[in-house]
Amino acid sequence: MIIIGELINASRKAVAAAIQSEDKETIRKMALDQADHLADYIDVNAGIFVDRETACLTWLVQTVQEAVSLPCAIDSPDPKAIEAALKVHKGVAMINSISLEKERYDNLLPVIAGTDLKVVALCMSDEGMPVTVDDRLKIADKLVNGLQKNNIPIENIFVDPLVQPLSVDKTYGTGFINTIEALTQKFKGIHTACGLSNISYGLPSRKHLNRAFMIQAILKGLDGAIINPLDKGMITAIISAEALAGKDDYCMRYLKAFRAGLLE
Amino acid sequence: MTDLSDITTALISGDGDKVCRLVQKALDQGAPAADILNTGLIAGMDIVGEKMQSGDMFIPEVLMSAKTMNTAVEILKPFLSAEDMSSAGHIVIGTVKGDLHDIGKNLVSMMVESAGFKVTDLGVDVSPEAFVKAVQENKADIVALSALLTTTMPMMQQTIHALVESGLRDKVKIIIGGAPVNQEFADRIGADGYASDAGSASRLAKQLQG
Repeated sequence: MIIIGELINASRKAVAAAIQSEDKETIRKMALDQADHLADYIDVNAGIFVDRETACLTWLVQTVQEAVSLPCAIDSPDPKAIEAALKVHKGVAMINSISLEKERYDNLLPVIAGTDLKVVALCMSDEGMPVTVDDRLKIADKLVNGLQKNNIPIENIFVDPLVQPLSVDKTYGTGFINTIEALTQKFKGIHTACGLSNISYGLPSRKHLNRAFMIQAILKGLDGAIINPLDKGMITAIISAEALAGKDDYCMRYLKAFRAGLLE
Repeated sequence: MTDLSDITTALISGDGDKVCRLVQKALDQGAPAADILNTGLIAGMDIVGEKMQSGDMFIPEVLMSAKTMNTAVEILKPFLSAEDMSSAGHIVIGTVKGDLHDIGKNLVSMMVESAGFKVTDLGVDVSPEAFVKAVQENKADIVALSALLTTTMPMMQQTIHALVESGLRDKVKIIIGGAPVNQEFADRIGADGYASDAGSASRLAKQLQG
């Protein structure tokens, strides 16, 4: 599982305050904590600072990479902010995210075409939110083909089939999971990723649904997730499910996580 | 006589068969359709809205009650006048331009409709001009704006601005909702109210209609 740590997001009050007061220590600690809990990428989002997103995003990338040697997932739809962040970024960043919404697609494509950047491709188009597996696959097809034509190798693409709340439609869980399976079979070498907590929106005791959903998705091939790595229960669910799905040689990751005290 | 509060209770528990049976029975016994609607059904959905707001009912239960409400209203329709069906007022609702999220907006739309409002749902990615036009054409009492992205929050302000420019601002109440917005943002952009969930939105709309 490629884990994208979601904590450094300015829509969280503590992060917004740290950005506001240029409090490097808070951001560094959040980066370090996530790195210590198996994060592969540190997501950085400064979306609420509408007028100065570019400056804030650049500052976040620099501050994070002073603390950890991990790459960032640059979380913005704005090509100018992304380009500025990439200028100061060390290593190969992930762009979170492109979609089939025309404006977003046309703006971001020139930034990522022909690079070795990783890119999250969100299954959303101007026609609205996808509902069925077919809707999602149609969007994914266009996205993946478009990206490949622009010299982005398939193994750098992380398709996000878009998680929607189970509370409004009982098919939204299986719809997502079956899309993961279809994508994994259709595009050899592709990755999938998602922020999955949306599945439990509108229901109580959300963590149970989030974990069970993660376990089901892993069995169908999900190999990337935007999560809070400090959520011990979720990390335990991921590591256990990957071992059970036959993705953990000699159960090494499971044992390592156990010895590091990362399991619940 | 059928006690209309039995209808209310059955509606809150989402028991569709029972509600339909009781509504039919009340009609057969000569209860006015408008009374069944207002005292039985709308009163029930008001309680559902309160329970949603307080966290005692969850979205799937609210959906069941709303679906039950719709079925019951179908039974009553032949006996209701147009005024009976939209007694609370007229709401124009939509997700602002650049934003395609519709789940929250649909829940609000459903709840205010169940509360007795006539609803014109403009869908998603709605331009300020389209909001202005719909408010004008429908002589709307309330316009409800939804945004789920930090990047589309400024579009709420632009939409309000367009309503001001077109001279409609003092004729219509504006309410907003969506994950990234809050009361403070509503105050800042000059909206009349903010609601954090569909139940609160329905209560807020009723309050504004005084």
